[in-house]
Amino acid sequence: MPAEAAEPTLTWNLAHDVSQLLEYHFMVNALLAGSIVAVMAAAVGWLMVLRREAFAGHTLSVMAFPGAAAAALAGVAGACGYFLFCAAGAVAIARISGSRRVSWSEQSAGIGSVQALALGLGFLFVSLYGGVLGDLESLLFGDLLGVSDGQVVLLLLVAAVTLVGLTALARPLLFASVDPDVAAARGVPVQALSLAFLLLLGLAVGATSQITGALLVFALLVAPAASAQALTARPLVSLALTVVLGLLVVWLGLGIAYFSIYPAGFFIATVAFIVYVLARVIAAARARLRDGYAREPEPTPIGAPGEPPGVIA
Amino acid sequence: MLGPEFMRNALLAGTFIALACGVCGWFVVLRAQVFAGDALSHVAFPGALAAAAAGADQRIGLFVATIAAGLAIGMLGRGVLGGGLPGRGPGRGNAGGGAGTGAADDTAIGIAFTFILGLGAFFLALASTSAAGASGVAGARTLFGSIFGLSGGEARLAAAIGLGAVLATAAIARPLLFASVAPEVAAARGVPTRLLGIAFVALLGVIAAEATQAVGALLLLGLLAAPAAAAHRLAHSPFVGMALAGLLALLAMWGGLALAYAIPSLPASTAIVVLAVGLYGAAALLGGRPHR
Repeated sequence: MPAEAAEPTLTWNLAHDVSQLLEYHFMVNALLAGSIVAVMAAAVGWLMVLRREAFAGHTLSVMAFPGAAAAALAGVAGACGYFLFCAAGAVAIARISGSRRVSWSEQSAGIGSVQALALGLGFLFVSLYGGVLGDLESLLFGDLLGVSDGQVVLLLLVAAVTLVGLTALARPLLFASVDPDVAAARGVPVQALSLAFLLLLGLAVGATSQITGALLVFALLVAPAASAQALTARPLVSLALTVVLGLLVVWLGLGIAYFSIYPAGFFIATVAFIVYVLARVIAAARARLRDGYAREPEPTPIGAPGEPPGVIA
Repeated sequence: MLGPEFMRNALLAGTFIALACGVCGWFVVLRAQVFAGDALSHVAFPGALAAAAAGADQRIGLFVATIAAGLAIGMLGRGVLGGGLPGRGPGRGNAGGGAGTGAADDTAIGIAFTFILGLGAFFLALASTSAAGASGVAGARTLFGSIFGLSGGEARLAAAIGLGAVLATAAIARPLLFASVAPEVAAARGVPTRLLGIAFVALLGVIAAEATQAVGALLLLGLLAAPAAAAHRLAHSPFVGMALAGLLALLAMWGGLALAYAIPSLPASTAIVVLAVGLYGAAALLGGRPHR
């Protein structure tokens, strides 16, 4: 924790504060890792919010627990267990949400059952392992300030793979996300795309949870994307805005955490929440102004493949 | 098996918690609010930690946090229902759910509960600076309930709250069913759909807080989602479905407890959840068709 490493003091001199921030190697690594994760989480999260798969994303993030427990039991690296469970979860969720025989209200129940089963298995593995799950806290809440050089390189690789994968799938995925029925009729492999996206989501969530912990992944995955989509309905603008907001959340959260004794995850989650609330307030105020002055309501941008619906209420 | 006192306590508390989760879960699945239930069960954790940090009774913090979060989710709109009932998730919710009602979609729930979990991390740090060893115990007990560790008084309280939750669900069952299946028609007929929605999520908060003590915050989900989903597959009549959901949850609870008692290395929560999800899987395989 920073409080033990130094005696950081906050002054009114911003330049001095920033140079103080960059004085320590662990802090530089944290900022690098945080920035990489923010960009990746923004891109993946933007699509996740558009596809309304937040519950699926949360379920994939929870796979970190059985994954780590199984890996500890088998004596392999934690990441192996995580990705194994994540892939299995992604396949199960894709089957549930892709099936025509499953009603919409049952989808959430199906995803919930997948999550509950995974957690139950994780608990069983912990019990078989001997009951000592050393760093449950860092598993759940992350260890942002203990990022090694190797981890930064690994994160960079994962981010590159995820972003390249998303770019390759971008056009059909956007089509399938905005209007699955029309996309399916046009011959787009909606179900295969859904599985591919869930796997990429699992990859991104796994990397993000290294930084924020399994429970706080949403702070970087959902909040920036939801804020950006509340503010603008243009796909490219809101995607760019998502990246900017994600970086802002990470930098502000880390910066504040450096000068405090409390965990970074808390500040990142709080900044993300404030950004989202501000975005909703701005969107609501703009809608009210527009309703007050406009003669006729704007056409809603639904249906066209290039224009996803925002989450504006 | 009924010899040891801890087993009798576990059965007493477990029976009524399972009934409450099953019956209430039927509505949760109908209204597609499983994510809300999941969020509420996570909220129990920061609530208990906050109470631990403040030196108060954990159970009070737990109940206050989940009921407050339930009210908040309920007031954000018609929950994750979002208005687009027959639609298939992606791209559909905006059409029906928007219209200035501020309907809470799963995105809003996700953000809100992440923030509350962030507070949990904060309270965890606070608790561990004030009382070193206590927080670990507190955290573990909140995250993974210890059904075999309930005292007689705790078990009786849990049973009473579970029974109360079942009765409360039964009391609002008819108007809630109307409001869930055809919200617009119900509203036009004078049913207070919004109030019912809020009351239901608050009730869900009570159940989440209570069940956290039996199967744990992270495993409550299985008892809420899986038996009810199986019941939706098997029974198309609402009240039969509700009863069946309660029965299946009860079956998973009793079977899980018996299994965990017979196999010492098997945690009770795992056994209960695996059985519940297994029942759902069997119902899905048996070919019951979803109604809608």
